[in-house]
Formats: sequence, structure tokens, C-alpha cells
Amino acid sequence: MKVLMFGWEFPPHITGGLGTASYGLTKGLLKHDVEMIFVVPKAFGDEDQRAARIVNASDIPVNYKQKHIQDFWNKLTYLEIGSNIRPYIDPEDFAKIHEDVKHSIKEKEHLILGEKYTFSGKYGKNLMEEVARYAMVGASIAAQNDFDIIHAHDWLTYMAGIAAKEVSGKPLVVHMHATEYDRAGEDRINTEVFGIEQKGMKEADRVITVSNLTRDIVIKHYGIDPAKIQTIHNAIEPVDKDNLQLNRSVKEKVVTFLGRLTFQKGPEYFVEAAKLILERDDNVRFVMAGNGDMFEELIKRVAKLRIATKFHFTGFLKGAEVDKMFQLSDVFVMPSVSEPFGLVPLEAMRSNVPVVISKQSGVAEVLTNALKVDFWDVEGIADAIYGLLHYNSLSEMFIKNGVEEVDNLKWEHAAKQVKAAYESVLLNNIELDK
Amino acid sequence: MQSVCLYFQVHQPYRLKKYRFFNLGNDHYYYDDYLNKSIMERVAAKSYIPMNNLLLELIQKHGKAFKVSFSISGSALDQFQEYTPQVLASFKQLAQTGNVEFLAETYAHSLSGMKSKEEFVRQIKMHQEKIKELFGVSPQTFRNTELIYSDEIGETIAEMGFKTMLTEGAKHVLGWKSPNFVYTNAINPRLKVLLRNFQFSDDIAFRFSNQNWNEWPLTTDKFSDWLGQLNPKEQVANLYMDYETFGEHQWTETGIFEFMRNLPEKILKKPNLCFKTPSEVSKEYQPIAAIHVPNAISWADEERDLTAWLGNEIQDEAFDKLYAIEVAMRNCQDPSLQKDWLKLQASDHFYYMCTKWFSDGAVHQYFTPYGSPYEAFINFMNVLSDFYIRLEREGKSRQESDIESLQSPQEDVFNMLGKFTNVKLKKMVKDLSLGELSALFFESDQAIRDKMMKIIGKKELNKIQEYRETSNALSSKEIESYKEDLRKKIARLP
Repeated sequence: MKVLMFGWEFPPHITGGLGTASYGLTKGLLKHDVEMIFVVPKAFGDEDQRAARIVNASDIPVNYKQKHIQDFWNKLTYLEIGSNIRPYIDPEDFAKIHEDVKHSIKEKEHLILGEKYTFSGKYGKNLMEEVARYAMVGASIAAQNDFDIIHAHDWLTYMAGIAAKEVSGKPLVVHMHATEYDRAGEDRINTEVFGIEQKGMKEADRVITVSNLTRDIVIKHYGIDPAKIQTIHNAIEPVDKDNLQLNRSVKEKVVTFLGRLTFQKGPEYFVEAAKLILERDDNVRFVMAGNGDMFEELIKRVAKLRIATKFHFTGFLKGAEVDKMFQLSDVFVMPSVSEPFGLVPLEAMRSNVPVVISKQSGVAEVLTNALKVDFWDVEGIADAIYGLLHYNSLSEMFIKNGVEEVDNLKWEHAAKQVKAAYESVLLNNIELDK
Repeated sequence: MQSVCLYFQVHQPYRLKKYRFFNLGNDHYYYDDYLNKSIMERVAAKSYIPMNNLLLELIQKHGKAFKVSFSISGSALDQFQEYTPQVLASFKQLAQTGNVEFLAETYAHSLSGMKSKEEFVRQIKMHQEKIKELFGVSPQTFRNTELIYSDEIGETIAEMGFKTMLTEGAKHVLGWKSPNFVYTNAINPRLKVLLRNFQFSDDIAFRFSNQNWNEWPLTTDKFSDWLGQLNPKEQVANLYMDYETFGEHQWTETGIFEFMRNLPEKILKKPNLCFKTPSEVSKEYQPIAAIHVPNAISWADEERDLTAWLGNEIQDEAFDKLYAIEVAMRNCQDPSLQKDWLKLQASDHFYYMCTKWFSDGAVHQYFTPYGSPYEAFINFMNVLSDFYIRLEREGKSRQESDIESLQSPQEDVFNMLGKFTNVKLKKMVKDLSLGELSALFFESDQAIRDKMMKIIGKKELNKIQEYRETSNALSSKEIESYKEDLRKKIARLP
């Protein structure tokens, strides 16, 4: 079985859980003898090439004269994205976006006529244009390669998936890692993104959601037929156990938040919970690791609550810094407002850190050794943290059982389910052909 | 003649309210009144009242031929008094028929038997007094929380003067032996041990409405036939179950009440069967052997052990922390602390912390007010932390008063009472339990005995005499503890 997979990010260049997940799944599928062509918008050159044959989209010449591609291009509506919805944005991109806006319309015609395309590899202001161009490349790859099934991760690649399906006639599986409802919240939905998500799922032969939480959203808000939606929970890559032991520099207990400082992640609830705890217990420090559009607002709030001597911002952490942060932590908190899955708590547990997670997270569906609280229940979050800091048997139990629990959440297992999903889709198609 | 012995457990705990750590030191009220009241009212309406009425009806119909027994925990009795007095009234009516035996248990439905003999005995005595006060009879038979039993617990119970104790007919204890005989405690053969027949009991309690069961539907004909076919040598079929089985676990719609309405008649039609209470069973039959139970058993889950309440890290920490203050509680004179101490000991709090059924959570989810065992633990520990704070404060203020009293050395309690006027002594005596009265009467001196003869009625004196005869001789330690009780009561006199 051979899969044409459209991913977006690939280690080591990842800005969020999406890249980690598609990489883990790819490795898991290879263990089950699934071949694949993994397509990313831009290869940085140092990807782990063992996992997949990486086709650099920039290296694919587009023969725009091919009829079906032009057909697809004709069917594609060019959409321009609103300004304040930017998933996984870096501060450095922020300024660039405004520059890009000026050029994007003019460039469009020019780009269609070109032979090769360079993709930025990161999301930007001209995101919709990139999505469209990526779709054309997708169709081109589909025409030149042999495969059995197409798999597209998140809305950014759905157009490519649809184009590939049209060109090849092969079935399409779309993988919902997040919905616009998670990213933006119900009141700030970007209708264009919503439209692409919906179209992708409607065109797909199978929709994989990363949690039942996401599955419910997809049924309720996107009106997708429940019969073709299947939940396959994410997993986590195993790591080498011999982590370095750090000397702790502070005598206080450390409670950590790690994630983008955006609406979706609920960082403000962490700040409020910190205040409640510090009122009673001086022997704690709070660390907020990450960056995002709420950064300034959060700093102001921390200052206003007068807890700044015990509340620390680290900015964006990556790789070894994340591991180091976990080693210094006594409790990890993920108060996400809407988290389709949520990989970070698993990373924390793997590093022997007990976790408090919001009930509004997909990972809450698979974890038993975690405290689960509603994200808005600041008192509940505070109480859970306090319990873990003060009642030793609880944290000991979580550490002991948590590592084992996480070790059992293997990509290999998730990939097996994904492969079974491919098989059932292919079987359906054969039966339909008869 | 073979017996059918029906015994029902009635228990409701005081469930804790959501108690956050910021309540520590400020908020000393721990209970979810609304939840406790509404559960009590619901179960009363669905189960206790209709089933009590049905039992009254059956007793009227069959007279002395139909008998049942109950153990009602202290916390259930307290909540009847608080929330549903009509239930208590109807139990009193049942008591008046004389066909109902009330058993003793630990007042708090606690696991104290696993930790402290002293606390265990104290609570059993409290419960005995409560039963006596409400139903006018002194329990002669004991059953521990969730039928928990071991050789050692049985020995303590025998020491206290009980003749009979109930427990589970656990397979791993019985082996090839049948639960349908009377056994004795392995250490003290004077205590008879009755074993629950889990097959028959669970046919009613668990399988009655299970349509996948190959014997479904269970009819009274079928069930009485099974009972009628006991091996002729066997003595008794012990059917022990939660009272909430009727109407709450098995809904009215399953036909459980109709089943119970017709069952006695069908059983009594069998020439070899009759109904007996546990005490009667124990008197009637010769025990066939001692039963050896070195490790505690219970009637819970497949394992029939204590792992539903104790054994995981959080249960063990909570349990140890709870009993770490036991000694301090013995000296504590604050009645509100004493009341809370009992309520916190309910086994249910530990049951909520059990993690072993993550796989088949649904069955147990029904019984817990918490989202997870961890929430149950945190909540309990928050409450217990506040309790610690209060106890410490109480201890400090007591120490201060102790220092005062040290300056004037303590007088012997019996001496103090000897100097009391008759009026004052009468006031004092009114407040005492039968045990305390008997200790005072027989362990003090002639002067006090003379006084007591004057102020206590003959009937009451007979009872004191009777109590003395039926209980074991007091050790000097026990006399000291009675004296301590008396001292406290004197201190509380105006």
C-alpha cells in the first residue's frame, strides 16, 4: 500500500503539534509496511530522510498546461484570509505579513505562469494563495506518481488533497488535527478557513479526527456525515530515558505552562490560578513558557496582580530547553479552552511531571493519570495544583503510573488504526466500483 | 429444618461538599447538605419506605414465620433523623413487630477495624447505644462495614460479648466447603460466624434484572425451588444484600417488589424451609468447623478483599493521615470535632479513591459524587487538613486549661461523685449509657452504690445488672477510660 501524504511541517522545523503528529504517524505507518510519499511545502534540507521520501514541493515543476490541473485551478476560488487569525505565527513573521499583502495580488498572475514555485514553509498573510499553489503542486505530484490513497493533514493541505483526488481518482482521507472553532473560538470564525475545512471533509472518503471532542465539533458545526468520521487519538514518540539530572536552582516548587500564548491555550486561567495559590502558599513559582498575541496582556495582568516576583515568562522554548523546563517542574498545567488533542501533557508526563489538563482537550479522553478540570474553573485548577504540590502520594502515583501510561501511547498503535482505516476505504471503493 | 436468613445493609454516608484549599482554616463545614438530603429523600421514596411497608405487610400476613434483619449505620440513622424522619418511624414500626433483628456495626461505617481496636470498639459501643435508644433492643449480632472480617476482628468481637458475626462466604476462604453452615471464629470458638451465600444473594441483588442472564426472569417459584433443594445436611441459606437493592439498584419496574411480596409464601410452602434471624440461626444450629481467615475479606467485587477501599497510594495516605490523629481525638473534648471525626471515617470516602476499576468504571461511577478518584482524594485531604488545623487549635486551648488544672491535682472521679448531692447525681446519671452506669455502679464504692439505688428505678437497676452479666469483666484500662468519660461529663455539668 502506498500513500500520498500531504503534511505541512516536519521535524526539526516544527512550530506546533501538527508537525510532530504527522512525523510520528509517518514513522508508525512505515512500521506497518505502508509506503508513502510525504509532501511538505518546503524542505529545509536536514529532515530525517529515513521516515519518508520527501518530495520538496519547490522542486516539482508544474506543467500548468496539463488540462486537469487547469480545471482544478478554474474550480478554485481564491480566498483572502482576515488579519488576526494566524495559526502558529512567529513574531518575525508578523512584520513580514504586512509587506506581503501589498504584493500578493500582483504576484498572482506572475506565479501562475512560472515553472517552479517556492513556498515560504510558514504560514503568512498570503496563506490562501499559498494553499492554492500548493494544491496545484499536489495535483502535479498525483499525476506523476503511483499510489493507492491520499492523506491530507489539516485544512492547509486539503485543497492539495482534493486536487490529487481529482487527478488520480484515488480515495482521500483528511485528518483533522484542529478546527477553526478551536483556533479562533466560536465568535471569531474565519469563514474562508471554515469553508476549506468543510469542503475538504465533504470531498473526503474518510475523516480522521484526533479526539471525540473534535469529532463532535465536526458533526455539529460542519455538518459532516458521522458515518465517515473516525476518531484516532494521537500518540507520542518514545525518548531515551537517561535524561540528565539538573540541579534545581530554586527551592520553591515550580508550576509550568508551556504553549502558545493565544486564546485557544487559555493562558489567562493559569495566571488567575497562580494568584489564588500564591495568596496561600508562598513556596511556589510559576513559569509561563511560550509566545503569542496575548503576551503583553498577560504580563500586564501578572503585574497588576502583584505576583511578578513569583511568576516568570521564558518566551518560546524549543528542543532541549523544553526538556530542561520539564525537569525543573513539579506540576504542568494545560488549561486549553479548546484543544483537539494536546501533546505537551504527554511530554510532561514522560519527564515525570504530573499534569493538570482541561476537560476541553482531546488528550483528556485517553489519560487516566491526570487531573482534569474545566478550563474556566480557575478555583478548580488552583485546587488541583495545590493538591499535587501538597499531597505527596498523589504526585508519586501520577509519576509512577503516568510514565507507563504514556509509554503505551505509541504511534505504532495509532498508525495501525490509520492503516485499517485506509483498508476499509479502499475496500469500500472496490465495492462501489462493482 | 433449614433456614433462610435475610439480612439487609442500610447505609448512607455524609458526602463532602467541594472543599477547595482556600477554604482551609476559614470554612469548617464539610458536607454537601443538598446532595445528602436529596439522595436521602430519593432513596427513601424509591426504596426504604416502599420496602419497609412491604415487609410490614409480609409480617402481618405471615406472623412469626417471616423474619428479617438489618444493620443500619449510625450515619444513616443520623440522616434519617435529619432529613427523613418518616423512614425512621417506619423502621421503629418494624422493630415493634418483634420479627426484626437489628445488628451492631461501627457507628461511622468505618474501616477502623483495620487500624485501631480502640476506635473500633468505641464506635461499636456508640452504635449499640444508638440502636438501643431508637429501637429499644441491644444488638447481639455484629456485622462489620461491608462484611469485613478476619480472625483477629472476630476475636475482638467475641471479646466484646457478641455471639454471632456475619461475613462473606468468600470462595478463596471456603475452598470446597459450603457457606450454608454455621462456623466459628478460628481464635475464639464462642463466636459463631455466618457466611453469605453469594450465589443466591447476587441472584437477587445483581442479576435480577439482567436480561442476558440465562436464568432471567427470576421467578419466585424458581428461586424457592433452588432454596428448597439445599443439601439436607446444610443448615442455612444466608441472603445478605444492600437494602437499596429494592427500588434503587433494581427499579420498581423490574418487578423486584412483586418478587419479594410473593417470595416468603413460596419459601414457607417448602416443608424443609423457614425464616430465621442471624441470632436464631446461631442458637439453633451446631457449628461444623472453625473458619480460618488470616487476611481480611469483604463482600466487595470479585476479589472479596479490601482493595476497593485501601491499597493504592492515595487511599493509604488518606487512611494513615486520618488515623494519625486518633490519639489526639481521644483527648479532644470538642463535640463538633468528634462528630466530624466520625463522618470523615466513613469507608465511602476511600471507596471514591479507588483506581482499580478504570477499566470497568461504569458500575462504580454510579456510587461516587466525584469525577475521578483523584478529585475525591484532593477534596478529602483538603477537608482533613482543615480538620488538623481545628484539632491543633483545640489542643492548644485544652493545654492551657490543663495547665490550670495541673495546679490543683485531679481528684478521683468516684470520690467526686460520692460528694454529689442526690439531685446532682440524678442529673448526671440521666446522661450516662448503660455501659457507663454499669461501670459506675460496680466499679465504684458502696457509698455511690447506695446513692444510686435511691435515685435509680428498679427496672433500670435490673437492666444494669443484666448488662453486667452479659458483658465481660472490665479491664483496668477500660475502667480508666470509663472514668475519663465520667470526668468529661462532670466537667460539662453546669
